[in-house]
Amino acid sequence: MIVYGVALLSACLVVGMLIGEALGVALNVQANVGGVGIAMLFLVYASNSEKFKTLTQGAAGDGIKFWSAMYIPIVVAMAARQDVAGAVDGGLLALLAGVAAVVVSFALVPVLSKIGKEHPVDEKIAEEDAP
Amino acid sequence: MDIINTVFVRNNLIVAFALVGLVIWVSYFLADKLTKGRIHGSAIAIALGLVAAYYGGVVSGGNTGLADVAMLGGIGLMGGGMLRDFAIVATAFGVHLSELKKAGLAGVISIFAGVIVSFVVGAAIAVMFGYTDAAEITTIGAGAVTYIVGPVTGEAIGASNEVITLSVAAGLVKSILVMIGTPLVARLIGLDNPQSAMVFGGLMGTTSGVAAGLAATDPKLVPYGAMTATFYTGVGCLLGPSILFFIVSGIF
Repeated sequence: MIVYGVALLSACLVVGMLIGEALGVALNVQANVGGVGIAMLFLVYASNSEKFKTLTQGAAGDGIKFWSAMYIPIVVAMAARQDVAGAVDGGLLALLAGVAAVVVSFALVPVLSKIGKEHPVDEKIAEEDAP
Repeated sequence: MDIINTVFVRNNLIVAFALVGLVIWVSYFLADKLTKGRIHGSAIAIALGLVAAYYGGVVSGGNTGLADVAMLGGIGLMGGGMLRDFAIVATAFGVHLSELKKAGLAGVISIFAGVIVSFVVGAAIAVMFGYTDAAEITTIGAGAVTYIVGPVTGEAIGASNEVITLSVAAGLVKSILVMIGTPLVARLIGLDNPQSAMVFGGLMGTTSGVAAGLAATDPKLVPYGAMTATFYTGVGCLLGPSILFFIVSGIF
């Protein structure tokens, strides 16, 4: 049954959001702390576990895959409802602050990606060998 | 005209499905014919969405882009937080736990590094523009974190409405730039595996930006980036009005 997969996905999101909201209250923060991320962990666990087989395989799995495939169309709709006019109206300060934050963050991606890599030493040698 | 209006408004979510489907079809056609697949079809679709959002915002004067045009209100529901989060969670289906563990530490570090770096950059630019009040500098810095952290921080520490609006605008610029810029710099910054995607999500943090940016780069990376990005705003709201504000107050 397709709806079993959809129900599992919904349950993961609701429970994750509840935990994220509770974390926000516990930390005295006016935001949901990682609710979606926690929900994703639940779904990863369920899809890797034998116990949830009836909810994740066959037709039930198709119910989850459908929403996964709807991701890009939903993101396109999300882009179409952004306050682009508001961002443009923000002026030079808002523009510079936003652009600079993105540029510096982009530059840090390769630096932090090296943390926890299995053979950082080998890479270093390979780089030194290059002319 | 009245009949069309009634049907479109009453079935607005269905209209949105049809419209988005059409936009994606056109985008993939353009990507294939004009760029020979060099630019991802979804990148074009997202760019078209942003252009439409600008048009919708200017025409309606509202702040949810195309969704403020009555007949296209369904875009607001389809692209809103509820369905976005639902679809993001669905992308985690089939992800292996081992991939997540491999980048776990780097992912956590990247969230804190991302919040602090964006804040410092935003605050520095506020100072360059002549702001000297600690609450104002902190709020603009928090806006460079995300457009949610900005107003949450600003309200908590009593910044003026004008500065809070500015912080939201800074966050919006960041989010939009991540959507457009990610596919362009992906190769340059090594964004081609689950580990770097987790670091990327943690550093950028804007859920909308990361969600769209990775979709336009490689949809397989989406769950990894989204996983860390969804913790970012929470961490930002935690640090902004507390530690970061105290540090700025100490300097100014």
